[in-house]
Amino acid sequence: MSAQGRPKRDPWRAEHGGGAVRTAGVGDSIAWALRRVGAATIDAVARLGFAARFSIAILRHLPGAFRRLRLTLREIYFSGVLSLVIILVSGLFVGMVLALQGYDVLSRYGANESLGILVALSLVRELGPVVAGLLFASRAGSAVTAEIGLMKTTEQLSAMEMMAVDPLARVVAPRFVGGVVSMPLLAALFSTLGVFGAYIVGVRLIGIDSGSFWGNMQAAVDFRYDIVNGFVKSVVFGIAVSAIAVFEGYNARPTAEGVSTATTRTVVASSLSILALDFVLTVFMFRGVHG
Amino acid sequence: MSRSTIDLWVGIFVTIGIAAILFLALKVGNLTSVSSAPGYRLQAAFDNIGGLKLRAPVKAAGVVVGRVEQIKLDPQTYQAVVSMKIDRGFQFTKDTIASILTSGLLGEVYIGLDSGGDTQMLGDGGRIAKTQSAIVLEKLIGQFMFDKAASGSPASAAASADRGAAAAAGAK
Repeated sequence: MSAQGRPKRDPWRAEHGGGAVRTAGVGDSIAWALRRVGAATIDAVARLGFAARFSIAILRHLPGAFRRLRLTLREIYFSGVLSLVIILVSGLFVGMVLALQGYDVLSRYGANESLGILVALSLVRELGPVVAGLLFASRAGSAVTAEIGLMKTTEQLSAMEMMAVDPLARVVAPRFVGGVVSMPLLAALFSTLGVFGAYIVGVRLIGIDSGSFWGNMQAAVDFRYDIVNGFVKSVVFGIAVSAIAVFEGYNARPTAEGVSTATTRTVVASSLSILALDFVLTVFMFRGVHG
Repeated sequence: MSRSTIDLWVGIFVTIGIAAILFLALKVGNLTSVSSAPGYRLQAAFDNIGGLKLRAPVKAAGVVVGRVEQIKLDPQTYQAVVSMKIDRGFQFTKDTIASILTSGLLGEVYIGLDSGGDTQMLGDGGRIAKTQSAIVLEKLIGQFMFDKAASGSPASAAASADRGAAAAAGAK
């Protein structure tokens, strides 16, 4: 009759249709939490394993991407040529803003003539590869993910497998190569347009001497340390963004929601990895060179 | 879009991309400068290198002839040993003087090479014997103050030796 006699109802268990009537909810919820953590860990490790297997598969299919040159060219068109407008316009504006802000600070120290150095070094070393990489990830990487994800959702990938066409060779490898080829070119164009924009603002509008603008720039920018390192950065970012984009697309859950999640993940993951890789590369490339 | 149009666009894209890289290399980076040219190495030991940094220019008569490649401290002599990479086109005599100079008051620190009249030239790995250290501004000011204090009347200079140069100037 008393309350002790009745078994307590465990709310979680009742909600999830647990049949057994038992007391001691604390132990159960700890076990449940542990199971959740364990499942998430196993999931993450499995995902990592799949990513590693996937990378090796892409590497194996790389020669195939050059054999199917037609497909690769098409992907360079979609990733590179169609990103041109956003890259060129942003590069121009970034360069112009850099010139205005740089002039504002430099003129306090009477170092107006160093504007060319400031703009060229920041563009070639950092802003060119990084900003072009971020734009590339959101413009081209997301499109690749959405495309592959939708192909998976509409079972085009399975259909290819049925026809004994390897989707990795036919779909994934050309997109990967297209991105890796496009990215360094886009970064170089970004830096070039940025320098050009700084020239317009600095020399044409503000009136810095054209000779000292280019001369100081050429004296300070070193081919091997600055330009080659910036180029290497853009190649690394191209590989990272393309790998993440094709992986997320191929790994997407085959639903409308899954494709949208995968696209978001591509942009977030590639932006973060660009910034993190940039830090690591900068530490190794420019450590002590000017110190 | 037809195949040939895509090919054309990709061709244009790759062409202007490579043109951009060339622009960066030649116009921004000045690839033709000595920094990337093959060269030989010279060494010089300085008592004090001041603010000399890696990749600082090495100039002869104001013309850049090379770059500083390495700076080490000799543990025996406590001198800074500077390795320079000199462009192959330039030869320097055995009695060349290397001095650490500054262009302008706040400008970059560089190494100036003044060739002498010796007939023998320095080869790869050669060591410049005569060097002139960087002028450290703090030492210079300190020396100036000390001289100023010493040039006052001998009695007051001796009395003020422990009170400092500024106090001595005020006492007069």
